[in-house]
Amino acid sequence: MADIALTPRRAKPALREATTWDQLKHNKNWLGFWFMLPAMAFLIFFLAYPLGLGIWLSFTDTRIGRVGHFVGTENYEWLWDDAIFWLSVFNTLLYTSIASAIKFGVGLYLALLLNERMPFKAILRAAVLIPFIVPTVLSALAFWWIFDSQFSIISWSLKHLGLITQNINFLGDTTWARICVIFANIWRGVPFVAITLLAGLQTVSPSLYEAAILDGATSWQRFRYITYPLLTPIIAVVMTFSVLFTFTDFQLIWAMTRGGPVNATHLMATLSYQRAIIAGQLGEGAAISSAMIPFLLAAIMVSWFGLQRRKWQQGESND
Amino acid sequence: MSSVQIRDVRKSFGNFEVLHGVTIPIEDGEFVVLVGPSGCGKSTLLRMLAGLENITSGTISIGDRVVNNVQPKERDIAMVFQNYALYPHMSVADNMGFSMKLRGAKADEISASVKRAAEILALTPLLDRYPRQLSGGQRQRVAMGRAIVRDPQVFLFDEPLSNLDAKLRVAMRTEIKELHQRLKTTTVYVTHDQIEAMTMADKIVVMHDGIVEQMGSPLELYDTPANQFVAGFIGSPAMNFLKGSVKVNGSAYFEGPNGVKLPLKSAPANSDGKPAVYGVRPEHFTIADDGAEAEIVVVEPTGSETQVFAKLGGEQVVAVFRERHQFNPGDKVRLKPDPTLVHLFDDGTGKRLNG
Repeated sequence: MADIALTPRRAKPALREATTWDQLKHNKNWLGFWFMLPAMAFLIFFLAYPLGLGIWLSFTDTRIGRVGHFVGTENYEWLWDDAIFWLSVFNTLLYTSIASAIKFGVGLYLALLLNERMPFKAILRAAVLIPFIVPTVLSALAFWWIFDSQFSIISWSLKHLGLITQNINFLGDTTWARICVIFANIWRGVPFVAITLLAGLQTVSPSLYEAAILDGATSWQRFRYITYPLLTPIIAVVMTFSVLFTFTDFQLIWAMTRGGPVNATHLMATLSYQRAIIAGQLGEGAAISSAMIPFLLAAIMVSWFGLQRRKWQQGESND
Repeated sequence: MSSVQIRDVRKSFGNFEVLHGVTIPIEDGEFVVLVGPSGCGKSTLLRMLAGLENITSGTISIGDRVVNNVQPKERDIAMVFQNYALYPHMSVADNMGFSMKLRGAKADEISASVKRAAEILALTPLLDRYPRQLSGGQRQRVAMGRAIVRDPQVFLFDEPLSNLDAKLRVAMRTEIKELHQRLKTTTVYVTHDQIEAMTMADKIVVMHDGIVEQMGSPLELYDTPANQFVAGFIGSPAMNFLKGSVKVNGSAYFEGPNGVKLPLKSAPANSDGKPAVYGVRPEHFTIADDGAEAEIVVVEPTGSETQVFAKLGGEQVVAVFRERHQFNPGDKVRLKPDPTLVHLFDDGTGKRLNG
């Protein structure tokens, strides 16, 4: 040992002052920045820039083909007094709350069902995903036909069953139209909720249920005291996404009703499109879009607090 | 507390029978360990006792009541799972009181029971913690606490110590045994670890491929294993087996592999020339001048004893000595089995031949 330590080392090359560039080459944060750059560029170009541009446009009187001028909050003042805008806000809230609540209920039910032992489980699980993988516009077109005023298969069936004498004007009546678009949205949104919750259910250890059975829990009590509390973090995530997707829905409505009849199914997104692109009032359309931001932020805040690690998830794991 | 009777119980999954008619009487207050290698059906039997698996045929009774069609919660049993199965979102106190809460017990009644169980297991300072915040041993104790709170007729343990490290396992082993001595509740304990079985059981049931190979007290099984399987399963290091045949030529002896001559106290009747398996435990070898010659291969001192692997008649055997010999690999020694403690098994069926 001793003579190894005493062996003279080879002379080092003369030290030179480390330049800033040398230091940067060895700086992990600098390297990390470069690794982050592609993702950052992507997010800036496709998210931050359009968002910023949209907010800027909402403060101008830009029209298609004409550069606008800064007009302050004029667009928002106009909207404040615009009954159709408030109707679209009401529609959006109604659409989002009803569709999300039902999607949650049906999705959870389906997830629980698909988690049971049953024949053809794999096929059924795959089948549940079908509404999710069909392009929205295609399914919207299908619904358009299903709810057609003349050729609706529902009206046809009910007539042949002798339950009604006249076709139901599904998309022509304000109440029916709202029900129809909400139904179509639920049909499309349920698979996402169901499959995500199913994934969550499968993380619950079966031995917890066995322990609960031995503790005397009925199947309702097992759901109430074991499944539901353990699923809450996943419910928070999936419902946040579900609410965000529903609130900003555009395709389904546009393909089925274009916001009609008499604006009964106009959501903020469709109204914004109509004002900005169809009517060319980019500034006003942008203001409607920007008005969605507070609602979306509120939804995110709810899930943020819902997602906070609960007390039982904290602490060290000694496994 | 009550007795448990398992009578000719069978279990099939589809066409595949995993338990082929198991009968085990368990007395009131007895600590019974079901032990056997993986896949022998011991856990399945325990789960049938708990009511988590259906009984294909046969009966299981707890006390005087046949429980085949009784719901798990009405069987008055409590089970400790291998992975503890603690509810992660409930505090220790809530975990322990959950069964009482479901039964609709009053809050003060629940907290009194939980407190009593916590005192027994020294869990009182941990009652407000969550399972994640506990160490493996503490979780194990909470799982036992959950069982104690229910004050059941029978405790069921399903390999409760296999997730713990070696040192903790030994400590918890003692703790569970002590707990049983204090509560005197009938206990059925499943393990694959024969040392756990030996140290804890009043009665060991050795299972293999869905049948009971032998049951009896730990020392009975150790001293007079009913067959070669039990002989090889109980005891560590495992018993040495040497194939050969019994010879009665004036006095009885055993002719082992390559003509090695091994001592026998007496030969079973009509066994001259009969092929058999000679079993000798590692600790029953001595070094003696009239022993069989063996060549040492590996020496493993553990401090308290020395394990010696040696070639005896070409077969590898292991011998354990408490006294300290100077052994080196390659040395020739003369190993002599104690003739009063050797075992003879039938070469075909593996059944015990000597008394």
